[in-house]
Amino acid sequence: MSVLEVSDLSVSYATRDGPVPAVRGVSFDIDRGQVLGLAGESGCGKSTIGLGLLRLLPRGTEMAGRAVLNGADVLAMAPSALGAVRWTQASVVFQGAQHALDPVIRVGDQIEEAILAHRSLTRRQTTARTAELLELVGLPARRAKDFPNEFSGGQKQRVMIAMALACDPDLVIADEPTTALDVMVQAQVLRLLKSLQMELGLSMLFITHDLSVLAQVADRLAVMYAGRIVEEGPAEEVFGSPAHPYTAALAGAFPRIGDEAFVQAPGGLDGDPPDPRDLPTGCSFHPRCPRVMDRCRTIEPPSFPAGTGHRAECLLLEQGAPESMPT
Amino acid sequence: MSATPPASESAGASGVPLLRVEDLHVTFAGRHRVFERQGRASARAVDGVSLEIEEGEIVALAGESGCGKTTLARAIMGFVRPEHGTIEFRGKPLGKDLRGYRREVQMVYQDPTGALNPRQTVYDSVVEGLRIHKVPGDEAELVDRALARAGLRPPERFLLRFPHELSGGQRQRVVIAGALALEPRVIVADEPVSNLDASVRGEILRLLLQLRRDSRISILIVTHDLALAWSVADRVAVMYLGRIVEVGPTRDVLLEPRHPYTRALLDVVPDAQDVGAIDRPLLTGEPPDPTRIPEACRFHPRCPALADGRAAEAGVEGACRSDDPRLDPIVAGHLAACHLAHRRPSGFRVP
Amino acid sequence: MANHTTGVPTGTKRSSRSVVWERRRQAASRFWATYRRSGMGLAGLAILVAFALMALLAPLLVSREALDVTRVDGPILASPSWEYPMGTDESGRSVFALVVWGARVSLAIGLLAAVVSMVVGATVGIVSGYRGGRWDAALMRFTDWFLVLPSLPLAITLAAILGQSMFIIVMVIGLTFWPWTARIVRSQTLSVRERPYVERARGLGASDRQLIPRHVLPNVFPVIFAQTILSIAAAILAESALSFIGLGDPLRVSWGGTLELAFDAGAPTIGAWWWIGFPGACIVLVVLAFTMCGNALEEILNPRLRQR
Repeated sequence: MSVLEVSDLSVSYATRDGPVPAVRGVSFDIDRGQVLGLAGESGCGKSTIGLGLLRLLPRGTEMAGRAVLNGADVLAMAPSALGAVRWTQASVVFQGAQHALDPVIRVGDQIEEAILAHRSLTRRQTTARTAELLELVGLPARRAKDFPNEFSGGQKQRVMIAMALACDPDLVIADEPTTALDVMVQAQVLRLLKSLQMELGLSMLFITHDLSVLAQVADRLAVMYAGRIVEEGPAEEVFGSPAHPYTAALAGAFPRIGDEAFVQAPGGLDGDPPDPRDLPTGCSFHPRCPRVMDRCRTIEPPSFPAGTGHRAECLLLEQGAPESMPT
Repeated sequence: MSATPPASESAGASGVPLLRVEDLHVTFAGRHRVFERQGRASARAVDGVSLEIEEGEIVALAGESGCGKTTLARAIMGFVRPEHGTIEFRGKPLGKDLRGYRREVQMVYQDPTGALNPRQTVYDSVVEGLRIHKVPGDEAELVDRALARAGLRPPERFLLRFPHELSGGQRQRVVIAGALALEPRVIVADEPVSNLDASVRGEILRLLLQLRRDSRISILIVTHDLALAWSVADRVAVMYLGRIVEVGPTRDVLLEPRHPYTRALLDVVPDAQDVGAIDRPLLTGEPPDPTRIPEACRFHPRCPALADGRAAEAGVEGACRSDDPRLDPIVAGHLAACHLAHRRPSGFRVP
Repeated sequence: MANHTTGVPTGTKRSSRSVVWERRRQAASRFWATYRRSGMGLAGLAILVAFALMALLAPLLVSREALDVTRVDGPILASPSWEYPMGTDESGRSVFALVVWGARVSLAIGLLAAVVSMVVGATVGIVSGYRGGRWDAALMRFTDWFLVLPSLPLAITLAAILGQSMFIIVMVIGLTFWPWTARIVRSQTLSVRERPYVERARGLGASDRQLIPRHVLPNVFPVIFAQTILSIAAAILAESALSFIGLGDPLRVSWGGTLELAFDAGAPTIGAWWWIGFPGACIVLVVLAFTMCGNALEEILNPRLRQR
């Protein structure tokens, strides 16, 4: 039973020099109660997807394809219908969420604002719900009357999570929720997200560049590069036997403590992530690929199977047998 | 206050470490406004640190925000003046005039975009140091050489570009080239790759390793990322609330940590192969605040070993609550500031 | 990234310099293209150009003799006509002549005073902002003192001691305006000082003397420039006011001075609206024009446009 079915989603930003394709035909599903990790670096389009799913992108941005949330296509909805869907069926924990709180308004009031924007409840009901939400994220209810500057970074992040859960959504889109947090606080927030997700049966789209974080929370993993999903599959399998050279290289950029292979040998790639305005021909990864073949320069690889529920867009898979990349 | 290992225990051949920090204290004064009920207390950002760096050594200075690692780096660079303690380079303490010192000790910054003047070309940014110190020789050739060493080849392609025309990784290489132009002996790198894309980080780190290999440049890397330390550092120093709580060879510190804080940090490092990490116990208590450093052992309010009775078992509980532990050797070259660690030398091994 | 070759194969000191100049030219033309889009800025610029031409070409437009009361023979207090487009004053002088020649004095004093206030203000602001600490505290107290100095009593006092002249007016205005510039420049300097590339330069070993011209000044200059334009407007207004109350140079014709004469002669009562109206309108127009240009500039310079 899918909460979200995305088919062939494409997004282009309007710029002075013409439309820039940030997302180029992306498809994925998220089942009820499942966490899909969306991994990639800057310019790959992952944040665009996160915001685009609720149509929060700037005016003039072109979107094509379908994003079916609980049976209705969000991209085709009228604005009024969209307003009813936003926050009640799907909500967002934004990137840099710690700075998304208004410093002169009490935290409790900001949460109430999120509730009242989508639900009509009495005063008492709203206050009670706010208290409930704060407790849910591990903060005492009495802190509702405090201002954002009285909270630490990790605590502010919890407030943002509380806000995202205000209207009982089915899907939470978390865009880099733990970037910029200390490793200890990051662990706390990840733990919270995971437990909430299990407790409330939430589906989650967890967007981040940090692959190692995704290993802790994601059930399935989708790796993006230059606007396309280049590999997707069960998290364990994608980590354990990546089928796409980029996935292997990206995993290599997060050294594992204790693994001798990384001593004095930091992983990573040469070159830079491509500029969406100036994509390479053929497979967009070919200039940096350690296993590039001649055909890669001219042919855009379609999706090939690489295991059960596991696929990758790489010509190396064309023969049928899934190739395991050296990690 | 903290003991330093004798020079013979360190790796250097000369006996005198290249860079030596002794009992350094850096305090940021609080603000006491007349009409405010509550001013801000002073923050002891660096609270008694001693550290030595040998020639050709890569040392990682690790810790969370507020531990003082960046302040320590900036004090070593001479950007902040310590209240107490000495910094010695080649055996001589830093004087008032830092010009000569600045040729030998250079910095690489966390934000390569901010670190380059947007109105200056790559050539201007790299040549700046040469002109400041009036280095003799053909300017253009020296710039070319520095850019090539930093991995920007061919240099001509980059000379006339502006920073906004370069990628993040290239900008960082320009900053490194600017430092290399002065032929430094030490590079202090403050989170040199945390603002860069993950796949690009390896390049820059490999460059630093190469500089150490080819030119015996010593590197002090400030980082919050222990996995990064694993992949590049010879030695790791873990800081907590202004003090080094553990220091030693990378393998020893990261695989057999002696200090409970190091253990706690390692437990929460996310690891693609170790999905169980999310279930391990976390540190409780207030996050570290340099304006309110606890008495006695500064880690004791949050220490899991104290909380679960291991400290009491070993008979050090009283000491944890009353005495500030010194950074003393457990074995040669591996030091920890922990009463329990000295009582029980076997360490907290990785299961 | 688009193609950015510059066509210069090898890097030498000279080529880098020429590329920087080329980039500066490009930045200037981009700046002009942006400025052109501001209707307000263009209108202001047009007015200023018109007045500047008028002031510069004064001798060609009207002979200086038209200002000499002993040499004119026009009708007294005549309302505007074909022969005297702006009418005449009580001595028979053409008001048009007064306006044209007055432009020279008013604009010159305004510009000079603004330059004085900019030079003093920018110096104080940069030193104060860059040095910080005790220098900053002392200089800011010094600035505050001048900030509260009332221009009128100062003008009267100076006039009494040193006599009345253009120099005095310029001094008075300069002395009372520089604190504004100083404060704005100081705050910009403070923000530039904290920028990472300034610290990097220090880390490379630069002394203050090397840092300020290379990194601080170029980034503070745009603010200074916009501020100067606005202070010219204020200076012209101040000159007119001071001349109006009789503290101007009695030997020179300025717009404010003309207004003074007009009021002394009771022009409002007589109904000689042209004598007051035309000089007054000029003051208003010029001040408005400078303000419009200054505002257009500020809009362009803050927030900083990232070149792309």
